[in-house]
Amino acid sequence: MKSLDLWLAISMIVLASSGGDVLLSAAMKRIGDLNDLRRRRGLIVVVGRVFSEKLFFLALCCFSIGFFSLLTALSWGDASLVAPASASMTFVVSAAMAKVFLKEDVDHRRWVSALLVCVGVAILM
Amino acid sequence: MNYKKYLVLFAITCFGSTGDALLKRGMNDFGPVDLHNVLHVVTALGNPWILIGILSLIVFFASYLIALSWADLSYVLPATALGYVVVTLLGKYFLHENVSALRWLGVMLVSCGVGWVTRGPSLTVPQAPVKEQHEIA
Repeated sequence: MKSLDLWLAISMIVLASSGGDVLLSAAMKRIGDLNDLRRRRGLIVVVGRVFSEKLFFLALCCFSIGFFSLLTALSWGDASLVAPASASMTFVVSAAMAKVFLKEDVDHRRWVSALLVCVGVAILM
Repeated sequence: MNYKKYLVLFAITCFGSTGDALLKRGMNDFGPVDLHNVLHVVTALGNPWILIGILSLIVFFASYLIALSWADLSYVLPATALGYVVVTLLGKYFLHENVSALRWLGVMLVSCGVGWVTRGPSLTVPQAPVKEQHEIA
């Protein structure tokens, strides 16, 4: 049962951080290329646009949920399991969520890369 | 992709991993955090390594936002995973940690993944609706 709780917490970390990344990406796509915007309107406008974007704050909420789920998972299980499991799965889940919610063209190249990085990070951590 | 965009990806990789390593270096000086006196950790902000680490992570987040404004998430995430390799190298040469052969294999796999994805397009081009495509033809 405790193991199930731990894996639920790890799943929560992965879903929350991937969800946060998807929301952040959607927010930045709404604003457009920040470099172009800074050249045309200045840095103050760029900062203002970012902080007036609702999706940006939703993304921060997701990252907060992910952070507290991480703390919870670390209190239940070993860091040597929690850190690599959550960090590596995030790459694959983010690619899947980007394909579904952001309609990104996740082709073979990106799937293979996500899997290579996923396995590599799992070994590294 | 022009060189400025590669520079942004490079900044994400470098500042994210350097920030983590600097925080670790600062916390080594600070010592273990006492769970009965958690607020004491705020005094760690007086440590120059911690301060530079936080600055580094602010630059990392700004670069990440910039990259997501012109590239797909499914491109940026694997493309910037080289940070894990940088952390391993910093661990080996800056923090004098032991890096096993298995972890060097991990470094190789991550590097292959990064190399593979960065050779592809960075942004999904939205396709015109079928009706418009017929009109163009």
